[in-house]
Amino acid sequence: MTNLEIWTYLVVGITFALYIGIAIWARAGTTGEFYVAGGGVHPVLNGMATGADWMSAASFISMAGLIAFNGYGASVFLMGWTGGYVLLALLLAPYLRKFGKFTVPEFIGDRYYSNTARIVAVACLIIASITYVIGQMKGVGVAFSRFLETDYDTGLYIGMGIVFVYAVMGGMKGITYTQVAQYVVLIFAYTVPAVFISLQLTGHVFPQTGLGATMSGDSTYLLEKLDQVLVEIGFTQYTTTVMGSDLNMFAYTLSLMIGTAGLPHVIVRFFTVPRVRDARQSAGWALVFIAILYTTAPAVGAMAIYNLVKTMQPGDQVGVTESYLAYEERPEWFKKWENTGLLEFEDKNNDGRITYYNDKNPEFAAEMEAKGFAGNEMVKIDRDIMVLANPEIAKLPNWVVALVVAGGLAAALSTAAGLLLAIASAISHDLLKGVFMPNISEKNELMASRVSMAFAIVVAGFLGLNPPGFAAGTVALAFGLAASSLFPALMLGIFYKRMNNTGAIAGMSAGIGVTMLYVFQHKGIFFIPGTDFLGGMEPNWFLGISPNAFGVVGAIVNFAVAIIVAKVTVEPPEHIQHLVEDIRVPKGAGVATGH
Amino acid sequence: MSDKSMAAYWKANLRLLAICLVIWFIVSYGFGILLVGPLNSISIAGYPLGFWFAQQGSIYTFVALIFFYAWRMNKLDREFGVQED
Repeated sequence: MTNLEIWTYLVVGITFALYIGIAIWARAGTTGEFYVAGGGVHPVLNGMATGADWMSAASFISMAGLIAFNGYGASVFLMGWTGGYVLLALLLAPYLRKFGKFTVPEFIGDRYYSNTARIVAVACLIIASITYVIGQMKGVGVAFSRFLETDYDTGLYIGMGIVFVYAVMGGMKGITYTQVAQYVVLIFAYTVPAVFISLQLTGHVFPQTGLGATMSGDSTYLLEKLDQVLVEIGFTQYTTTVMGSDLNMFAYTLSLMIGTAGLPHVIVRFFTVPRVRDARQSAGWALVFIAILYTTAPAVGAMAIYNLVKTMQPGDQVGVTESYLAYEERPEWFKKWENTGLLEFEDKNNDGRITYYNDKNPEFAAEMEAKGFAGNEMVKIDRDIMVLANPEIAKLPNWVVALVVAGGLAAALSTAAGLLLAIASAISHDLLKGVFMPNISEKNELMASRVSMAFAIVVAGFLGLNPPGFAAGTVALAFGLAASSLFPALMLGIFYKRMNNTGAIAGMSAGIGVTMLYVFQHKGIFFIPGTDFLGGMEPNWFLGISPNAFGVVGAIVNFAVAIIVAKVTVEPPEHIQHLVEDIRVPKGAGVATGH
Repeated sequence: MSDKSMAAYWKANLRLLAICLVIWFIVSYGFGILLVGPLNSISIAGYPLGFWFAQQGSIYTFVALIFFYAWRMNKLDREFGVQED
């Protein structure tokens, strides 16, 4: 075993032992503990747990790469995935906490005095959560297979086993306290390499200020230099590259924000704090803990792409053979990541050197061709490399690399557990107890929730082992569904007393319908290739809005249809109007209950 | 709590919400997207200002907004006597 492997086994082993230890300590004995951790979680701890719950394998591994290759355009993810917490904290969390039940569909069912509404909410929750959880399971398998040289399947089984132990045993209680530990692991793993790289490039300890600072031993600003380097090789400026039109960026950001606020596994975390005022505050703490990573990520992205370009092109003169790195002299990390297929080099002009530039830019490609280059030779740079290889590119010690592996696993496992709990409680509490077996005893319900949890883990594992071809496309659907169905139904339920069952159901159906239709027409019916009857290409997009950014349109349709239908149908019964009045004031909030 | 003070409490809450959401909108959609071009001509250290709002400033503002709202609402709860015991 190499030194790196020993470190990796050691660090991953210690963190896993910690999670299991916490699980044994925090076993759930009642349904209240299983669904909402007994309702006694401190707001700061809940904030940390929410951070881990929210930040997935995608946030940890992929986001910095998205930023690196999209520059300013990637701001939609940064603002979208944080700004949603403002909506959550101001419009939903305190009121849903006051309502004081166990699940999101339960609120919708009670508020709209309708089992149909509750079942629609359960369906949205399950579709959104399952698509999300596939990504986490894949993340676990990938982290294991790349760093520990086990195969993907073994890695996934180990991950499933760990989640099984602490989620089935501890329910929300076990998940909450492991998420706190996982947050600490992941944030440490993310910031340590970032601090070192920021110090190397700019001399700043904080990556957040390093990104706006001058380069070490130079008076040029890092961002200025990066703009210049990228423009020289045919790309657009880092700080001004956009993602589609202004309208698309606007819609994309808003869809992610509304989707974030409407995701049940995040909302339910705010059911675990003791009081309404804790729910308000806890959302703030959650965003503090999330912001530590989200404000570091832009620096990681910018510095990583700079380092990467400079590695391949150590000389300053573009288009001169001697400026480029000889393939024979490529660094160790380059070879390692070539083996995994995340980096791919093809010597198109047979000069034995690595030439990286934008050959999709016709003018620049022609210019380079005149100088004897036959196209971009880095035929593949997987964006995940920006985080995974970062410590090696910066020549950091092996324990830092091991830490990044443990951090990635923590991010994937914590999000997976939160999602699995949301799925399990929707099945046992909403479907079983709420609709089909109202007389089930607490003991049997607890058993049912553990069985549903185990079942959900097996399904998630199966989908992780046999990822459906459409896994990537479904992410749009997860956010789209949360934005177009759950968020409007929840918000109207609190802020519009007149909203009735018919309006809410019509609104949800219309919102989901429009969003699904749009995603399917551009990405294929149920993502089956070839059935995308309008094509995936940009010219066919409605007002230039990409399918991933369409959730907000679905939400608007939902709001409009719900309000119009509610206005022409009978108003909700008196006790429902009292319920709305009651959730609007904090006084009288007890611990969450199931009845 | 009487219907009248209930209505006043809710109105005060909605007012506060509106103020917070306007700020939320301005720092992200305003400064970060719609006005990013003009703002980028101003630089704070090495950050073009529009770019800074889109990738840093808006996030800091979001955090501050949530704590501000929580603080003001707790105060409002006490004023109207609807705080939890």
